[in-house]
Amino acid sequence: MNAAGATAPNATAPSHRLTTSAMIASIAEEGQRTTKAPFGHALARLAEERPDIVGLSADLAKYTDMHVFRDVHPERFFQMGMAEQVMLGAAAGLAESGLTPFASTYSVFATRRAYDFLCLDIAEPGLNVNVIGALPGLTTGYGPSHQATEDLAILRGMPGLTIVDPADAVDIEQAVPVLASHPGPTYTRLLRGAVPTVLDEYDYTFQLGRAAELRGGRDVLFISTGLMTVRALSAARELERDHIDVAVLHVPTIKPFDRETVVREAGKGRLVVTLENHSVIGGLAECVASSLAFARTTARIVPIGLPDEFLAAGALPTLHDRYGLSVEAIKDRVRREL
Amino acid sequence: MTSTPTTALAVDRRTGPPPPRPQRLRALKESAHRIRLNALNMAEVQGQGYIGQALGVADILAVVYQDVLNHRPQDPRWPERDRLLLSVGHYAIALYAALAEAGVLDLAELETYGSDDSRLPMSGMASYTPGMEISGGSLGHGLGIATGLALGLRHQGSEARVYNLLSDGELDEGSTWEAALACAHHGLDNVTAIVDVNALQADGPTQGVLRTEPVTAKWEAFGWHAIRVDGNDVDALVTAFDDLRGHRGSPTVLVCDTRVGRGVPLLESREKAHFMRVEEHEWQIARDQLTERFRAGRGDGSAASANGGSAATADKEHTV
Repeated sequence: MNAAGATAPNATAPSHRLTTSAMIASIAEEGQRTTKAPFGHALARLAEERPDIVGLSADLAKYTDMHVFRDVHPERFFQMGMAEQVMLGAAAGLAESGLTPFASTYSVFATRRAYDFLCLDIAEPGLNVNVIGALPGLTTGYGPSHQATEDLAILRGMPGLTIVDPADAVDIEQAVPVLASHPGPTYTRLLRGAVPTVLDEYDYTFQLGRAAELRGGRDVLFISTGLMTVRALSAARELERDHIDVAVLHVPTIKPFDRETVVREAGKGRLVVTLENHSVIGGLAECVASSLAFARTTARIVPIGLPDEFLAAGALPTLHDRYGLSVEAIKDRVRREL
Repeated sequence: MTSTPTTALAVDRRTGPPPPRPQRLRALKESAHRIRLNALNMAEVQGQGYIGQALGVADILAVVYQDVLNHRPQDPRWPERDRLLLSVGHYAIALYAALAEAGVLDLAELETYGSDDSRLPMSGMASYTPGMEISGGSLGHGLGIATGLALGLRHQGSEARVYNLLSDGELDEGSTWEAALACAHHGLDNVTAIVDVNALQADGPTQGVLRTEPVTAKWEAFGWHAIRVDGNDVDALVTAFDDLRGHRGSPTVLVCDTRVGRGVPLLESREKAHFMRVEEHEWQIARDQLTERFRAGRGDGSAASANGGSAATADKEHTV
């Protein structure tokens, strides 16, 4: 797991050159307020009230914030080893016995590696198993083995699966009890470690399947999900200086998708910019586009997302800038498109 | 469909002492015979199917449902029940035959097998059929689910046991071995795997597709208490299950050598045996042969062995 300093080909680069630090990479911006391990703490708190909550991990408890739950409720934590297929199968079995499992691993392993088990063991019988995928999209500089740039595309076709892409620590903390109460299977894109805390400054409550307008604006509508909502809010605030008035619609649930709100807001004649920490294929942009098309509504859509390619390894801030996910890159793109 | 002998009365396994052994064995052999007949009758509806496997595992299912599982036929979702997870979804025909024999399904319903709107699809689906605990079909899933189910039952203080019927072909799937590791690591002595070794898979004999032997040694190396028996020998199955139920501290596996088409010479000798086609006129011949063989050997395998029946245990394990 130690990949620090694995990249940076220029040996004579200045001392402040950024290194990969892949496994501890943070998505928080300099000076941003953060909360530590919001998922782990929220799950541990929920478990105080609900004895049916159990946790599983596939040798990544420490790296998915599940260790917080494990340390508080060791008798309700089941380590399955580096074996994602049996972890999801076992989660199904635990649910069949009447318990409510949260199973965490990296997104790439839950989706690419154990898809058949998520599909047939969990989704087909409609079990209340909550799969928690860390390192969604581009949240590690470790390279394509760990970058789940297509997890939404993989999972959107799975019948009955609820897919959640929370924006920050507030979203995660509020989502955990909702996911546990929701009767069917869920997949959540986990932001882990020191997670930005932003949405408490807005009048916002996580509601499964519902989009939320975080701010209004006349010129541009940002439709964003996951960590890109935090960036969208920063970009919108900074674009005010250029007299560009940007609204932000946060879509924490990718499936079921809040078509009604998206179509209503996108139909108001503003430039629509979708922002997602995912490939532009099969994620939020295409959800928005298909929603509009099926509703016979049109809008110009600028998709901000990851390109359809295997991404580079390297330092996360560098990569986010290179692939257009940084606040600066978002602002440049909007100015160019207007 | 031809008439089938009456269903044996299934009982709550913990309510009384078992009957004397000869009586117990005779009842089980009769039960296995009826399961075979049920399966033949169902397969006739489709004209083809996994009939060879059904005939092969009939003795195992008879012992499991009449002698091993603590369950309530009239209440298949009874929370305290022992579970049999069928991860080999294509063996569904065998399980339906056994569920009808056990009184979970009505015998008459077997006629709907594989038909539109039937509760008995050709591959086992949990949401369709009472008594079908999981949806199988994609192989290598059963033991993983068994792992979680056993962890959950133990966590909640349940005495219920989890059985997983899998096939030697499923040993190709790495997920089976992930689950085998996990069961052993967690000391799940409420799990029993039943491996049907019929030495045949979709592309041909297992030996040629992907060598799995020595099977018993592999499970033992993974930390399981393993017993290998002739899976068509009811006496040996009863002894083995009794032993496994008493074992503590690690999961247990019963490796069962079975013969595809067992009990029907016409089908035992079929070359294309994985998914069998049977001509229209052959079904009655098959039933007649089955009954004849059963009467001759009283279903205890002795007559069949004389004709070169299974008893393949030694060949498979000990020559490696």
